[in-house]
Amino acid sequence: MSQDFRLNNVGMVNREKKISFKFNGKKYFGFEGDTIASALIANGVHLVGRSFKYHRPRGFFGVGVDEPYAILQLDRNNERDPNIRATEQEIFEGLEVKSVNCWPSVNFDIGAINNFLKMFFPAGFYYKTFMWPPSFWYKIYEPFIRMAAGFGQASIKHDKERYEHKYEYCDLLITGSGPSGLASAYAAAKNGARVILAEDKPRFGGSLLTSDVNIGNQTGVEWTEKIIAELKSMPNVTVKNRSQVFGYYDHNMLVMSERISDHLPKTQKYLPKQRLWYIRANEVLISSGSIERPLVFGNNDTPGVMLSSAAKEYMKVYGVLVGKKPLIFTNNDSGYETAIEFKKNRVDPIILDTRSNPSSDIITEAKSLNIEIKFSYVVVAAKGYKKVKSADIAKISDDKKELFNIENIECDCICVSGFWTPSIHLASQSGNKSKFNEKIDAFVPDKSKQQENTIGSANGIFTLEETIKDAFDKGFDVSNKLTEKNNKVSVPTVVEKKSTDHDKFWCVPLPKGKSYKRFLDFQNDVAVSDIELALREGFRSIEHVKRYTTLGMATDQGKTSNLNGLQLVSDIENKVVPQVGHTTFRPPYTPVSIGAIVGREVGKHSKPTRKSPMHSWHEKNNAVFVDAGVWLRPRYYKQGNEGLFEASKREAKNVRQNVGVCDVTTLGKIDVKGPDAAEFLNRVYTNAWLKLPVGKARYGVMLREDGIVMDDGTTTRISENHYHMTTTTAQAANVLSHLEYYLQLVWPELNVNVVSTTEQWAGAAIAGPNSRKLLMKLFPNLDVSNEGLPFMGYKEADLFGVPAKIYRISFSGELAYEINVESDNGYFMWEKIMEVGQEFQIQPYGTEALSTLRIEMGHVAGSELDGRTIPYDASLEGLVSKKKDFIGKRSLNRSAFTSTDREKLVGVVPLDKTTSIPEGSYIVKDPKAKLPNPKLGHVSASCWSVEYDNPFSLAIIKDGKNMIGQKLFAMSPLKNKTIPVEIVSSHYVDPEGKRVRS
Amino acid sequence: MLYINCPHCGLRSQNEFAYGGDATVKRPELNKEISDQEWDNFVYLRKSPRGKHLELWHHVSGCRQWIKVERDTSTHEIFKTYKANEAIE
Repeated sequence: MSQDFRLNNVGMVNREKKISFKFNGKKYFGFEGDTIASALIANGVHLVGRSFKYHRPRGFFGVGVDEPYAILQLDRNNERDPNIRATEQEIFEGLEVKSVNCWPSVNFDIGAINNFLKMFFPAGFYYKTFMWPPSFWYKIYEPFIRMAAGFGQASIKHDKERYEHKYEYCDLLITGSGPSGLASAYAAAKNGARVILAEDKPRFGGSLLTSDVNIGNQTGVEWTEKIIAELKSMPNVTVKNRSQVFGYYDHNMLVMSERISDHLPKTQKYLPKQRLWYIRANEVLISSGSIERPLVFGNNDTPGVMLSSAAKEYMKVYGVLVGKKPLIFTNNDSGYETAIEFKKNRVDPIILDTRSNPSSDIITEAKSLNIEIKFSYVVVAAKGYKKVKSADIAKISDDKKELFNIENIECDCICVSGFWTPSIHLASQSGNKSKFNEKIDAFVPDKSKQQENTIGSANGIFTLEETIKDAFDKGFDVSNKLTEKNNKVSVPTVVEKKSTDHDKFWCVPLPKGKSYKRFLDFQNDVAVSDIELALREGFRSIEHVKRYTTLGMATDQGKTSNLNGLQLVSDIENKVVPQVGHTTFRPPYTPVSIGAIVGREVGKHSKPTRKSPMHSWHEKNNAVFVDAGVWLRPRYYKQGNEGLFEASKREAKNVRQNVGVCDVTTLGKIDVKGPDAAEFLNRVYTNAWLKLPVGKARYGVMLREDGIVMDDGTTTRISENHYHMTTTTAQAANVLSHLEYYLQLVWPELNVNVVSTTEQWAGAAIAGPNSRKLLMKLFPNLDVSNEGLPFMGYKEADLFGVPAKIYRISFSGELAYEINVESDNGYFMWEKIMEVGQEFQIQPYGTEALSTLRIEMGHVAGSELDGRTIPYDASLEGLVSKKKDFIGKRSLNRSAFTSTDREKLVGVVPLDKTTSIPEGSYIVKDPKAKLPNPKLGHVSASCWSVEYDNPFSLAIIKDGKNMIGQKLFAMSPLKNKTIPVEIVSSHYVDPEGKRVRS
Repeated sequence: MLYINCPHCGLRSQNEFAYGGDATVKRPELNKEISDQEWDNFVYLRKSPRGKHLELWHHVSGCRQWIKVERDTSTHEIFKTYKANEAIE
């Protein structure tokens, strides 16, 4: 297909390289360097989508980040990418994109019926319509809104692309490579500053690419190329294109998204798709430029109506004509530049200028080129449905209220210019309150809040000469604060033509008897009438008007619509714009892909995986693993066809009958050392620690200051001033921070040091009646008799040449020992235990059997110490010293904590001895009581007791002590179960604790 | 993201730290008889000032020291940082 709208020998695309791509299934050609927008326009395609609410035809309105219409869905590497701006996405061979918001096709869209029903879709439509009855929400309203909402569809597949994060530091970050960005970067770099210059587009230069200016006797493009080449050659400068600084956060942290492979057919092997830069800059110069404002008139959303600066950029950068019969509608001089550019390419434009008698160099030039100019003229309405075919134009009275001589003239595009709006988003995000500049009818940044300055047109400076001079000065000033090199470069001379005169007029009145839709927000279909309605309904705050009408929302965040919206509200309210104020600018400035935010922290990289030194043994022996915090622990070791239930039962039974071994490496371990260590532990734990002899372990409970149990574990006195503390797997990190807090801040006079040793030790718990016999074989030279190594005893020994520590502690309630060796020897230890233990029928057991064993013994764990229980509730009150003070003790006096009917730990057995009780069940007196049924407590942990071969649970219930023997009910509405139960002692097995001492 | 000057390590990003609350709260001495009200004030009652606030941060992914940071709660400006045992000006 020939490119009817492509100009010969104009533009910067690479004519040597032809590229084919598909749009809505049809094949088109473009050149390397084209965006989807420029390539489609070159092919005469202007209809690219349908609008959000009314499904009106949508074309191209801008040429960059401001584009409100041309949002497409892209297929790349068999992946869907929604919300692609056609004006930004460069084409590559094989690219496939399609329109959104239309069905069955963009040309014939069923949803366009909304356009004829528009009286039913006023502002606040959603709030008014989807209200009643509430039962309609789930099945009717929500699916309807979901179907109608959004631009495109996100993929539900795993994103295989790679995204990276990068942290960077610099003296000066400059956000935009237009004239002010280039000038300041150059001045700062020459003064020795470390500079990052970020440009959102593929090409550097900003407005210099399209404006007819002269800097230092060079064209804008030549000057840009020279400066960029020099900056790139300097070691203290990083120059990045396709990089959007989208967020300004606290303490001069800015975030930039770099599109590395988005413009390539495939992500390169060693490159990510996108890279997110976290930049901590000493100083920031915001040179993000300005965006042209639309003029508002009837049907101003018809494809073919676009910003005049966009039309100019399509010609000068891409060599593409947006139309062959252009109408330029302007209230300032910028429209003339576009007209002159058309004329240069042998296309005759007509200029409609809202001003009555303006004069400037550029108007004189336009006149001398014989361009037809109509002063005091406006476009009343665009005509044509899927593309502009003509326009109703009229002469407007001096007070801009009356229209005369309405006539229809033929045209195929309308290029509008309503003057310029500085992009103050980044400055605003930094905390800078903006101020209204009457001269340009727009907001500009006020006083710097962080280390930021705004330069160029983003600061409302619209002449090049002033921009260049100011930028050179600012670049020097901010860099000199940091480098103090005083190396100042000279400012080049600047020649330009345009003047900055403009007319405040921006919204064409409706002719009598006409009700054209005049759009303010093109992305959300917000028209003048919607704002008027919102104000009539009583919305006053601009933030409320925004939410009610959706003005300035969605992906373009009102880049083209905000100011006109404010203007309208202030006109109706008889206020001035600064009184109305503007809505808050929040990051991101442009949409950022979720992939880039997540970076490489996906799948296995989303959190660290910690494995014990024995992990590979467990793997080899059919362990089924479970996540325990960041650790992977064997849940059970599968034999044959066993499931979790059978395997854990077998493993637990073997511990009760013979001997089992469990990997307990994951337990938190903290070394507590120093002359005041005993005193410190005495303050940290609820029980007494001063008299614990060397070589002995003790079980301890620690509280938070509010009296709630924080953690439990055993701590062993290794030597006079050295203790080995263990914590639960889950609380290890919190306990260490807790100890450090008290040592550093509360009792700095205590001479104690704490350090985590969790990784240093591999641990194996040996439990069961045969465990002593096993220990005798493992340590033949050691006295491990009940007298030699009593319950809660500690010994150091030699395990086949490897130094080991033996703690006689028990979680299972059986005769048990815990052996620790240095991590590197963990695997060796484990193998030895399994090898030697064979004759005693040893079996490894996982966390499920471990739970079974502790539950039927009534030992508490995380499910009971759940951040809501005090020692009494978990039946740990025997460990609370009455004599000494400790962390949290004073809280235990609180009346709620001393109340006699507090919930307390009990055992629960189903009356039928067969039905397992779901964890989380409620214990109630009467299952048929009126709802809400008064709850006595809840089931915290359940198991199948291997001792009695029936289900057994732990529960924490009101007045638990006096409930033992009662027949109650366990109810689980979730599992739809009601189970008659008997309350028993939580010590279901070996209540006297004989086994651990045997 | 805040940029916090750890008095032991230098300027570090906020993601190395954990927040620790009001640094002016003083724990009642051990074994001291105090009223329920005083204890409740210590455990639960915190001011939530707008403006200057002396607060604790724990350099968990760094030197593991608790430090005191004088920060403006509305602007996030950090005026000064102190070691745990340093006198507050």
